[in-house]
Amino acid sequence: MFGYAVRRIALVVPVVFFAISLLFFLFYVLPGDPVTILAGGEGRTIPETTRENIERRYGFDQPVLTQFTDYWKAVLQGDLGESYRNNTPVWETAKQFAPNSLRLAFWAVILEIIIGIGVGIISAVKRYSYLDTLTTLVTTVAMAIPVFVTGYLLIYLFGIRAFQNGWPEWLRFRTGGTPSEWKFLVFPGDDESFRRLVLPAVALAFVQIAVIARMMRATMLETINTDYVRTARAKGLTERAVVFKHGLRNALIPVVTLIGLDFGTMIGAAVLTETVFSYNGLGSAIVRAAELRDAPVVLGLTLVVVLAYLFVNLIVDLSYGLLDPRIRYDD
Amino acid sequence: MTTEKVISTSVGGGDTDTLVSSGADDEAPVEASLRRDIWKRFRRNKLAVVGLCMIAMLILMAIFAPLLVRLESTIGGIAELDPEKGTSPARLPPSADHWFGTDKTGRDLFARVVYGARISLLVGFAAVFISTTVGVVLGVLAGYFGKAIDGFIMRITDIALALPYIVLAIALVVVFGRSLFTIILVLAALGWMGTARIFRSSIIQQKNQEYVEAARAIGCSDWRIISRHLVPNAIQPVIVYSTLAIGTAILSEAALSFLGVGAVEPTPSWGLMINHGRSALRSDPHLLFFPAAFLALTIVAFTAVGDGLRDALDPKLKR
Repeated sequence: MFGYAVRRIALVVPVVFFAISLLFFLFYVLPGDPVTILAGGEGRTIPETTRENIERRYGFDQPVLTQFTDYWKAVLQGDLGESYRNNTPVWETAKQFAPNSLRLAFWAVILEIIIGIGVGIISAVKRYSYLDTLTTLVTTVAMAIPVFVTGYLLIYLFGIRAFQNGWPEWLRFRTGGTPSEWKFLVFPGDDESFRRLVLPAVALAFVQIAVIARMMRATMLETINTDYVRTARAKGLTERAVVFKHGLRNALIPVVTLIGLDFGTMIGAAVLTETVFSYNGLGSAIVRAAELRDAPVVLGLTLVVVLAYLFVNLIVDLSYGLLDPRIRYDD
Repeated sequence: MTTEKVISTSVGGGDTDTLVSSGADDEAPVEASLRRDIWKRFRRNKLAVVGLCMIAMLILMAIFAPLLVRLESTIGGIAELDPEKGTSPARLPPSADHWFGTDKTGRDLFARVVYGARISLLVGFAAVFISTTVGVVLGVLAGYFGKAIDGFIMRITDIALALPYIVLAIALVVVFGRSLFTIILVLAALGWMGTARIFRSSIIQQKNQEYVEAARAIGCSDWRIISRHLVPNAIQPVIVYSTLAIGTAILSEAALSFLGVGAVEPTPSWGLMINHGRSALRSDPHLLFFPAAFLALTIVAFTAVGDGLRDALDPKLKR
């Protein structure tokens, strides 16, 4: 298992390296001179001495390849550089935004697991019932609805109409801002934070709940038709034991992969949800920085996001062994 | 990601494929009945048929937009003040004159939404046409020639997939300037990886089949084997993927425009309309929800047709 993990990491290192390097050169060729940004923005005449100072301090007077190697040397020593805009170390920015992203992704994944897997199982067990047909129809449509449409619909219903029409208290939610109080890392610490968290988490999970429900249904139907499930039935096991112990456990593997991938993606790519709900996450921080051409922030945060994604994937891969003892890693 | 996985595992499809390629003499009638079979299976999926009708209506709407609405009310400036009431026609609620109401500069929202179909469909089809072409070429090269070429192309694909696409899109838009043309290029540049991967695995599965061996035995060139034998037999998963990709491209255009890095005013892009509508959500929700509904329905339609095609093309996968 350890050997497998090492091999996997060895495979992804070059991919990460080239991806970040590509971004580095892309930002190097972008119009817009970083010195102007550092000296306080466009439309200003910069004194020659200031320009020289800045160039020397940030190494812009060096050839691009030297800048490139210097950047990677610093990164390997754990220094992601400083923002061109406000001189905050990129690490600080990452530390500020990453927990928010992780929490949002965590709750979205919880919703996916509970609703997605639950609906999928029911749909598979009650195959061809009205409930199953309805699920297929609803999930097909839900899968295709853009997250910002869902987001604004939620905001309109539970953030605006709920207040205008005097809906009961528990149906009213906050529609903007990042929850600030947390207990035990991921639990919203107070009512206010809870009410800020719910809508973005639902919006973010919405499409994937549908995807997972469909996938769960499909894999569940596949396993239910296998010989060992028939054997389990023939042995006289209760229907519950057949479905959960023999069917579900074997059907879970592809679904777990999908959920893992999702969690990895949502950490850094929840840009639209974060924008709709003014939620301070990594994704929208990267986009903001890209619009401002703040290269160190974009590169640094992207690196964090990509590493988190790959780490989650590795964990998911290694967890197969727990779900299915037949899987071995070091053959 | 998921669709890709489902498709790539379903590539097999041996029976129908060999059916087409076997017997060059009676190819035409066999193919015709194969198509009829596919159509028959496709028709059974109600949602897919509804989707197909919706797409047809959208295309008609896009083509005949000038007949439906007046152009000047889409792009044109601020409508005049109502001389009798002395009120501005901006932000009117939906009415008989303005079916979807008017936006904050007094433009008829229905007209803009109708013209928006042009933008969405143009971007969707153009971007997917380019990305599919690139993906198919790279997929063939990687799948057919294998070895170093395969390794090289697949590593590039991995790297391209590892980058967060919105960041890349923003960077590219900044380089090339904001325009519809840029968006098409950006979406094409970010969309070929899926096609390349799927087509590669499809080609690999087909290239060791007997009909390819037979073609090689009678002395066909690589080019002939690829163009006449492999591509027609391996293309099915790509057709499905591309149909779904049109929906994704339309969504991405709207997302980029929504984030403020896509289409520019006064282009009637649904994403841009949603972006403008968000500030007035409390007072005039229709400004956001009409374009949003059209966007969502369009994507639903392409997804449904893609799903239906997949089931119709590969009957073994069905249920």
